[in-house]
Amino acid sequence: MTVTTRSSSDYRHPILEYIRQDRLPHIFCSACGIGTVLQAFANALRSLNFDMDRLVVISGIGCTGRASGYFESDSYHTTHGRAIAFATGVKVANPNLKPVVISGDGDLFAIGGNHFIHAARRNVDMLVLCVNNFNYGMTGGQMGPTTPDSAITVTSPDGNIEHPFNLVSVAAASGAVFVARWTALHARRLTKSLEKALQKKGFKFIEVVSPCPTLYDRYNRHGSGLDVMKRYREISVIRNFTDPMKAEIDYRTRIVCGEFVDTEKPEFTDLLASQAAELQKR
Amino acid sequence: MSNMPAKQILMGINGDEAVAYAAKHALVDVCAAYPITPQTIIVEKFAEFVANGEVETEFVRVESEHSALSACLGASAAGARTFTASAANGIELMHEVIFLTSSIRQPVVMAVADRSPSGPINIHGDQTVSLAQRDTGWIMMYCENSQEAYDSTLQAFRIGEHPDVQLPVMTMLDGFVLTHTLENVYLLDETDAHKFVGRREPMMITIDGKQVPLKLDPKTPITIGPLQLFDYYMESKLQHSEAMEKARPVISQINNEWAELTGRKYGDGYLQPFKVNDADAVIVTSGSSAGTARFVTRQLRAQGKKVGLLKLRTFRPFPDKKLAKLLADVPVVGIFERTHTTGSLGGPLFNEIRSALYDHDPRPIILGYYGGLGGRDVTPEHFKSIYKELLKIKDTGKAPRYPIKYITVRK
Ligand SMILES: Cc1ncc(C[n+]2csc(CCOP(=O)(O)OP(=O)(O)O)c2C)c(N)n1
Ligand code: SF4
Ligand SMILES: [Mg+2]
Repeated sequence: MTVTTRSSSDYRHPILEYIRQDRLPHIFCSACGIGTVLQAFANALRSLNFDMDRLVVISGIGCTGRASGYFESDSYHTTHGRAIAFATGVKVANPNLKPVVISGDGDLFAIGGNHFIHAARRNVDMLVLCVNNFNYGMTGGQMGPTTPDSAITVTSPDGNIEHPFNLVSVAAASGAVFVARWTALHARRLTKSLEKALQKKGFKFIEVVSPCPTLYDRYNRHGSGLDVMKRYREISVIRNFTDPMKAEIDYRTRIVCGEFVDTEKPEFTDLLASQAAELQKR
Repeated sequence: MSNMPAKQILMGINGDEAVAYAAKHALVDVCAAYPITPQTIIVEKFAEFVANGEVETEFVRVESEHSALSACLGASAAGARTFTASAANGIELMHEVIFLTSSIRQPVVMAVADRSPSGPINIHGDQTVSLAQRDTGWIMMYCENSQEAYDSTLQAFRIGEHPDVQLPVMTMLDGFVLTHTLENVYLLDETDAHKFVGRREPMMITIDGKQVPLKLDPKTPITIGPLQLFDYYMESKLQHSEAMEKARPVISQINNEWAELTGRKYGDGYLQPFKVNDADAVIVTSGSSAGTARFVTRQLRAQGKKVGLLKLRTFRPFPDKKLAKLLADVPVVGIFERTHTTGSLGGPLFNEIRSALYDHDPRPIILGYYGGLGGRDVTPEHFKSIYKELLKIKDTGKAPRYPIKYITVRK
């Protein structure tokens, strides 16, 4: 029997063609969930053989906000909170493009919250992928709009007293046509939801509950990144089409995952186009 | 620091922490802020004071800078002493409320951890963003080091809340160079600090012949910030301008009071000249660059070169007359600013200083230098090269055709 040995250079990672290799190594800490999310996104593009000439990856500012720099597509790293407004402009100017916003909980729901609810209300065709790590990672782990009750952060050293958003509920109430939540553990299911959302027209929202072992999970003594993933496995349940208002997200007890909304309504740029056509006829 | 009048505590802290201590010592009632590099340490340190029960401040972790200053404005209108801090994009986002705060005369104090504006996106320091606030009607003070950041922040409450003034105050500290660099800083004993700042006293106004406090108070209801169109808008602007003029003596007075209390004095509160009197060439600059420039000035003086430094501490109100007095007889002046402006002849410091000297005959040959943008290091070599050029111009009497230059830039 002959044994052929191969060097690692004989193998090409299947998602490499979707990644800007000159930007590697990436900036994320080890065991951070953002890498998993980006890989799931690349896998979804790959399995759909997505037309990369139509893809625009847009992000705000934050650790997650760095996403736009890593994809082999058109991309834009906007200012903090404005990714969705920018994506609206992209979509309106060229409805043939497919904007995907990848950003953090702070970027999308603190400083950028207004844009989120209005783009969802208008049903602008875009996919918003939010990495929810319960804090502002990039600036050093301050509390934000998803930080749970009593959680410790550098700006809530005595425990957070504010009530957090339930993001899937906000998205559904604002009018998103597709709403899902997964954790960074659910890489395969997340990829499937991404595939579905990428093929669907309208405002789609996917939340990924994700470890930030360097800051949030360290301050709250959740152990290593691996421990956090184990915890996700223990407490997460999949309940598709559950009422998003009731989709619990509590690290102490239960994280309800799944696809909660999948519906249809007229999309904004289509409405713009048909109204323009009507006006032309007058 | 040989003769220190009040007892002081020496601490190894950075500029952000120095500001946080000042806010703590200033008995701030309400603080609302949103994190942004390089300001984050101020807010985090302050959150620690709140959590430890060391301050009685209501601290609101708002969802953006626009909300931060809006919340401070509301709190201030209700009579609270308020403080916030931000940087770069945060200041830019606040811009709407920055105008509003000064226009309705609320003495909010804000520390600006000066960082370059986006884009390209950059987290390091220069003064472009703060100087872009020059028309907002705030009092503006630039700090050279962490000690000055502590001192000026505490002074800011006294200046802004002074009954003649009633204006908000911005104190600037250069991003990273000051915000993140450990220095020895003398802090006042807390009781002495409290004595110095006191409590905020609302301004009294006369309504229907009655004296009432200018604050939202159910006992004496008033409206703050109503619509003013062509009927009264211009009169409000004039009053605002008069308040800024009245701040002039107050800034000097508080600077003197501070000197008596701590032994530290920043020139006349506006300008700090160093060997300017007989100088052939003077550099004017602000913020941390002044420290580097002073070091070079001292070196060159030791070599017998007649050079001098003028540090600009207070930018608003702009000390035009004081500045002209100090500079009118200097043959050549170089203005070094960590600011960038396009499509105009030089940046804000260059323009304002040149304009202040316009009425003098003869007046210095004046050059403007852009440098240290986006956090690019400002080194002694830079100031040596500027002095060299200024002295050469003095010797030859020949001014360059275009007075604006970039220091260390690749073409
Ligand atoms: C106007 C403005 N304010 C503040 C900041 C500072 N800032 C950068 S990222 C960030 C928060 C990021 O949090 P999140 O969106 O949750 O992303 P993460 O880093 O956690 O992935 C903040 C406050 C900024 N860049 N611009
Ligand atoms: S700080 Fe947290 S969110 Fe940012 S890269 Fe590190 S682990 Fe990830
Ligand atoms: Mg986050």
